[in-house]
Amino acid sequence: MFDLEMTEDQKLIHDTVASFAKAEIRPIAHDCDESGTIPPGLAEKGFELGLVHSAIPEEQGGYGETRSAVTGAIVAEELAWGDLAIAMHLLTPRLLVYPLLEAGSAQQIAQVLPPFALGHQVATAAVVEPRFDFDTTRFTTTAAAKDGGFVVNGAKCFVPLADESQTILVLAQLDEEPAAFLVPRGAAGVSIGEREKNMGVKALATYEVGFENVQVPASARVGDAAAISRILNRSRIALGALAIGMARAASDYARDYAKERKAFGVAIAQKQAIAFMLAEMAIEIDASRLLLWEAAWMLDQGKEATRECVLAKRYASNACLKITDNAVQVLGGHGYVRDHPVEMWLRNARGFSSFEGMAIV
Amino acid sequence: MIDFELSESIVNSRQMIHMVAEQLMRPISREYDEREHEKPTEFLETMWKVSAGTSFGADREADKKAAASGPKESNLASCVNIEELSWGDAGLYLSIPNPGLGGAAVLAAGTAEQKQRFLAPFKGGEMKWGAMAITEPHCGSDSAALQTTAVRDGDDWVLNGTKIYCTSGLMAAEKSDGFVVVWATVDKTAGRAGIKSFVVPAHTPGMKVIKVENKMGIRASDTAMIVFEDCRIPLDNILGSAEVQTGNEGFKGAMATFDATRPLVAASALGIGRAALDFAREALERAGVKIRYGAAASTLTALERDFMEIESELQAARLLTWRAAWMMDRGKRNNLEASMAKAKAGLAVTRVTQKAVEFLGPLGYSRKLLLEKWMRDAKINDIFEGTQQINMLIVARRILGYSSKDLS
Repeated sequence: MFDLEMTEDQKLIHDTVASFAKAEIRPIAHDCDESGTIPPGLAEKGFELGLVHSAIPEEQGGYGETRSAVTGAIVAEELAWGDLAIAMHLLTPRLLVYPLLEAGSAQQIAQVLPPFALGHQVATAAVVEPRFDFDTTRFTTTAAAKDGGFVVNGAKCFVPLADESQTILVLAQLDEEPAAFLVPRGAAGVSIGEREKNMGVKALATYEVGFENVQVPASARVGDAAAISRILNRSRIALGALAIGMARAASDYARDYAKERKAFGVAIAQKQAIAFMLAEMAIEIDASRLLLWEAAWMLDQGKEATRECVLAKRYASNACLKITDNAVQVLGGHGYVRDHPVEMWLRNARGFSSFEGMAIV
Repeated sequence: MIDFELSESIVNSRQMIHMVAEQLMRPISREYDEREHEKPTEFLETMWKVSAGTSFGADREADKKAAASGPKESNLASCVNIEELSWGDAGLYLSIPNPGLGGAAVLAAGTAEQKQRFLAPFKGGEMKWGAMAITEPHCGSDSAALQTTAVRDGDDWVLNGTKIYCTSGLMAAEKSDGFVVVWATVDKTAGRAGIKSFVVPAHTPGMKVIKVENKMGIRASDTAMIVFEDCRIPLDNILGSAEVQTGNEGFKGAMATFDATRPLVAASALGIGRAALDFAREALERAGVKIRYGAAASTLTALERDFMEIESELQAARLLTWRAAWMMDRGKRNNLEASMAKAKAGLAVTRVTQKAVEFLGPLGYSRKLLLEKWMRDAKINDIFEGTQQINMLIVARRILGYSSKDLS
């Protein structure tokens, strides 16, 4: 039966994450963006929220909760309302943990996951490739069967926290289909490049990672092509939700500013030119969220939902870009200076057209 | 629990109504677009027989009681059904005999006795229509500026004024034993507070249809200009209190009708949009063009991008509409959400149908296909029941916490 009410559990999770975003993330967002760093210790606080280990099975020391994509979307939206770069940073360990939960063998799960249930651990996935025609259905990073295992070659970019991660989940083309492999950062042939300098999400440390004849055993392969499709869909939900959270942050900020700022004797929000921008923001945020929740709900039902996930992520990304752009516009010159956060949100928003597989629910 | 699955009973009724749309509406769709001002009597009789007694809009008291006794979904069901009928033909859907928007006003603001008196006749007998008359030649969106007057004279209200753009007005006022709900002021000096709505039964002396409009689309539905000249109705035909309250309360009550009807109008828009989208998708597939959803952005064609965009626009509008209806069903106030849905759906269907015509090129523009008709039918959804801009204004006021005085 059609229903849009969160469960009591979801409400609790929502409220907890929302207050964390307000109290712990938003106040440091500006400084993190300026300095390109995130204070040590924040990730531990994120761990305590259960962002990573709550979905790890009890046998591996986690809480064994279901990985609902809808709940994941609710959490990601609230974190990104605080700050996008910090949200992505906090969610990074999931890039390894969740694909394993989705498609890992019993052995992989038993070997890799226990430390993630004990405390904050850094891990990552290498998905995006540095080329304009990057295609998640055909990676240029390749894997080939060799000596009973695989040999990986290629280049990745936008790999968050690659320099600190012990294990990197690498997506590569294996003959005609995409495949995923667990690659130790220290393996011969893995090179971590300089930290990337990007337009936005500046607090999130991302790297180019090269793979030159990197040999991994057969047991390093995670899941099959169908599993990768599911993983990418869960990633689209996460990225869409992050876009919505940040769009909401920008919309809230622009609304409050427009009610304060006076021009021609009235608050600028009393002018239709501004008021209509704010109304459109509100409509598009809700529209994006409903599309995203529907796609996430389909994933939770075990339905094939590539179309819905693609469309929802596109919609939310486009909405986020337009909303953050209009938020800068509402503030005018004040929106362009870095004393206000709206220009950062616009810089961040442009990234969603390039981000794939950089967050997951 | 967040759930996007429609209940079995909604899915079943949707299937049934889809058959009606496909078998009874589509075959006569072009005919009654071309033969404007003629009525598809056989179709209307059939619809009257199968649907007599159903109402349009929401009974707030009943909704509240039902919400207390467990989940209810009649508003959502109405949205789904209306989408289906409008997928068949939006003009024909609007012409189906029922209490219409007038009925919605009675449900939203009438007493139990009035609901019984005005709506019970719709449960059987000859075909009847209800209509709502708000717009006047000099005022549309600014309904507080209306000039039609209602003056108390003994046991009667006496109405004087001119109303335009009254959907099914001809059928409601003169061609059946239905009624027209007329908005009029009882005190011009009181502004909004003086505006009340009145039920004028069909054939009341002094009420006369003087023109039926020629329109761009929805031509199967009559749109009437009605003149009221010393039109007398009983005192107890006023909906709500006759008292001119201070502030906006009375006007707000009248406007609350729209919270119930806007999602339904949005649902009709969705049906036209889906008709065009489905048609375009099938035509493109026959021509060997398939939309590749998972493909890399750099490889998408302009057509694929456009198609994906309008497809999501329409689904976004549908979910906003369902949300507004779901809130009604749960007894939640949905003024903001109803306006969001209407603003979005009116714009979405306009874009969707215009794009669909573009996709098919000269075929889309030709009257051999229904696509061009759907584009013409679609546009009204961006205008009636509150233009896109008026709904945006309502959304803006609500999110800013502004009154109509703060933001006009």
